[in-house]
Amino acid sequence: MGCDNILSDTFIKIRDLHFSRGNREIFSGVSLDIPAGKITAIMGPSGTGKTTLLRMLGGQLQPSQGTVEVEGLDIASLNRKHLYKARRRMGMLFQSGALLTDLSVFENIAFPIREHYQFRESMIRDLVLLKLELVGLRGAHALMPAELSGGMQRRVSLARAIILDPVLMMYDEPFTGLDPVTLGTIVTLIKELNQSLGITSVLVSHDIHETFSIADYVCILSEGKVMAAGSPQELMESDSEFVQQFVQGKPDGPMPFHFPAESLSNDLLSSDFKAGQHLS
Amino acid sequence: MSAVINLLQVIGVFVINTVASFGRASIFLSQIILGFKDVILRPSLLIKELYSVGVLSLLIIVFSATFVGMVLSLLGYVTLVDFGAESSLGVLVALSLIRELGPVLSALLFSGRAGSALTAEIGLMKATEQLASMEMMAVDPIRRIIAPRFFAGLISLPLLTMLFMAIGIYSGYLVGSVWLGVDEGSFWSQMQSKVDFQGDVINGMIKSAVFGFVVTWIALYQGYNAYPTSEGVSRATTNSVVYSALAVLGLDFLLTALMFM
Ligand SMILES: Nc1ncnc2c1ncn2[C@@H]1O[C@H](COP(=O)(O)OP(=O)(O)O)[C@@H](O)[C@H]1O
Ligand SMILES: [Mg+2]
Repeated sequence: MGCDNILSDTFIKIRDLHFSRGNREIFSGVSLDIPAGKITAIMGPSGTGKTTLLRMLGGQLQPSQGTVEVEGLDIASLNRKHLYKARRRMGMLFQSGALLTDLSVFENIAFPIREHYQFRESMIRDLVLLKLELVGLRGAHALMPAELSGGMQRRVSLARAIILDPVLMMYDEPFTGLDPVTLGTIVTLIKELNQSLGITSVLVSHDIHETFSIADYVCILSEGKVMAAGSPQELMESDSEFVQQFVQGKPDGPMPFHFPAESLSNDLLSSDFKAGQHLS
Repeated sequence: MSAVINLLQVIGVFVINTVASFGRASIFLSQIILGFKDVILRPSLLIKELYSVGVLSLLIIVFSATFVGMVLSLLGYVTLVDFGAESSLGVLVALSLIRELGPVLSALLFSGRAGSALTAEIGLMKATEQLASMEMMAVDPIRRIIAPRFFAGLISLPLLTMLFMAIGIYSGYLVGSVWLGVDEGSFWSQMQSKVDFQGDVINGMIKSAVFGFVVTWIALYQGYNAYPTSEGVSRATTNSVVYSALAVLGLDFLLTALMFM
């Protein structure tokens, strides 16, 4: 199952993806197509591996089985040089912002340009200020990351991620912990970047409302598999119990809320249970 | 029986982990060395690190060298004067500092001042995903962040050691000749005739180059492999200093045996 039925132009092709952390299988056969020039949302309960999936798209983690192809390139098989070349075409907004703490806001955004190109200083200034204006933080260009709030850091990080005009943008939970106004501007910004520049966007989130308002396609991951996929409309109207539970955020249903574990009564009664120890 | 098996298991796990981390550290090192080219092409990065690794270590090196030289001279004088051999004080001070104390103490101070700072800095950059975000900006953190720091450490420690030796000898002279009255001419001339450039000075510098290599390597590896939490970074920083000290002292014995036997 995947989003593949509706697409013409595939940008990212994931086939039979398997990945484990320790004994825990995070992906057990995920197949997924992400169309070019659209916003595709990857949703799912926290801990399902959404961040892990983005890291695989960027080649920071390797699948134990299966392939991840971006623009026809099998990411895991690229050598260092080609991987870094492929990454120049990607932008990633990290959950934490991940700004370089020893550089000012301006220098953070200028960082990718300075690393990759030899531009004149005036040109760098124009580029950086334009992106800062886009995220509404031109006035904060001289501040250090430690002087910014979490939401502002995320916006600076967004400006940095798009400074080299990527063809693929990955957003890792861009909506969490933002005030309503910032939230609104980020949502609009993601939409605009996608529409005006045609950037293929992969949006990881579990905010149903915001995500469904801008995503063209939605894939719901759970328990290492794609549980449902389709346009927001299709998912809203889906008669699958699972999808309805997720979309409406109901506590009871087929979607697990608990991290995999022994049954509660087992843990409570068992003499083997040791707090804080890995169950192997 | 099961105790024996448990013990074997513990030893086995330890050996496997040790071998594996040596392997990882070696791969890490080879990647750093491949970054040499990038460091040459962007000397500004190296210079910035030379400042924070080397220049900022100057104070503690100067301070320690002064006192070590003074104490060495004082103790040497007290011993030598009983045999009427205080004219050899210069030789004693210089040889101790050049062969042994200069390289070893500089390396230990360096690991406490600069090595621990490197580990904490890299570990925090990892914990806050700064290294991961660089990778995604197509900037290799090993070449951009690690390599300049490595070569800065490699260059800084021998220079700091030379300074340590010079200051130690001079402060030894101040205590020995100026204060305690050892004849100035014999202090310097005996030193000049007994200290061998090839055998002593060069060997002392080889020691300090080896220490610079090992201390910086350990510090960067510990930071880069730190568990990405505050506790992990704190443990890595401790490990960095402890392992550096053990490596420096062990290697010092080995090198001394090879050089001066
Ligand atoms: N560095 C790690 N080491 C071990 N397990 C990890 C690590 N990072 C994440 N995990 C595990 O992988 C799973 C997926 O994590 P993640 O991709 O961050 O989830 P999501 O982003 O969907 O919330 C989690 O259950 C987590 O326990
Ligand atoms: Mg996540």
